[in-house]
Amino acid sequence: MTTTELWCDRCGEPATATAHPACASARQLEPPRFCPHCRRRMKVQVLPVGWSAVCVEHGEIRG
Amino acid sequence: MPEILDQARTQVLGDGVGLDQAGVLAVLNLPDEHLPAALQLAHDVRMRWCGPEVEVEGIVSLKTGGCPEDCHFCSQSGLFTSPVRSVWLDIPSLVEAAKQTAATGATEFCIVAAVRGPDARLMKQMREGVAAIKAAVDIQVAASLGMLSKEQVDDLVDMGVHRYNHNLETCRSYFPNVVTTHSWEERWETLRMVRDSGMEVCCGGILGLGETVEQRAEFAAQLAELNPHEVPLNFLNPRPGTPLGDRPVVEGKDALRAIAAFRLAMPRTILRYAGGREITLGDLGTRDGLLGGINAVIVGNYLTTLGRPATADLELLDELKMPVKALSATL
Ligand code: SF4
Ligand SMILES: [Zn+2]
Ligand SMILES: [Zn+2]
Repeated sequence: MTTTELWCDRCGEPATATAHPACASARQLEPPRFCPHCRRRMKVQVLPVGWSAVCVEHGEIRG
Repeated sequence: MPEILDQARTQVLGDGVGLDQAGVLAVLNLPDEHLPAALQLAHDVRMRWCGPEVEVEGIVSLKTGGCPEDCHFCSQSGLFTSPVRSVWLDIPSLVEAAKQTAATGATEFCIVAAVRGPDARLMKQMREGVAAIKAAVDIQVAASLGMLSKEQVDDLVDMGVHRYNHNLETCRSYFPNVVTTHSWEERWETLRMVRDSGMEVCCGGILGLGETVEQRAEFAAQLAELNPHEVPLNFLNPRPGTPLGDRPVVEGKDALRAIAAFRLAMPRTILRYAGGREITLGDLGTRDGLLGGINAVIVGNYLTTLGRPATADLELLDELKMPVKALSATL
């Protein structure tokens, strides 16, 4: 986690180094839902292989 | 050997006649020590009446989120505080998804939309999307677009959609506890029209919604009455923000009991692992289910959640000496 990642990308609550073990575990089988930089809900498209998530402010990430 | 398994050996394995509701309930209530025997019998039934092939399918969400319905398990309902936002997939990406699916050896590609039923925009997107897939990829196209009118059923047949998925989700008696914006009977009506059209009927549901074991047996009996070509079996993956978001996941052994029982109710159907198996069963349970009545899988990701990599499932099938059903065998 970098210092610019202020929010948990699964639940959208403030991110701290160890506060979200359940989210981290769930994220192995889920794409992110919240932008870690600004907490906006992202537009997420899951594909058979991979996913993409778009924040209107911070752009697209893929996994 | 419990009496119900003796009865199933003669009736289901021998004669190909599925168990009724009482029989399914007896299997669902078997104590743990008889679970291996139930799974073995369900596997024997699957091998005898379906064969060793496994049907592999990929699915993709054409329109995600923002659904006006209130299915309490669903992260795509616009009525809950789920973080899933509404998004549409463009046609080049849809074709790419079909290509990726075909590359795994899958013969089925199901296009899904989170809607009560299709509007003109969605039907237009389907017509263009299905044509583009058929021009570029060798794969059979299925669809899941909610409740249909007769005209829409005919349109889908005309596009070349060969199978239609519409889940009853749970038994009739429990359905009003899970969905209040439409009825079980409305879903049944769409299924009836789909069957009359000649499209293959794909209809299953989700276990772990809070239904009783008796209601699970009721559901199996109602599906058997419908006699679908395919039954996708999901296990609840509780989604944040939904009314069922805090429910416990189904116990692995109960999931396996259900797999065996559903197979013994429907000896000839394609019984598919759909969502939730990763958290309910894990790797070991996935294998047990494939050796206990399951003969189809969804590979890759789901609609809003991720699955394990397709290669993990394909390697497992290889190890179990279960051939992937080929396209020529399905045409
Ligand atoms: S109709 Fe389908 S997409 Fe809409 S809430 Fe129900 S399950 Fe979800
Ligand atoms: Zn979190
Ligand atoms: Zn952002």
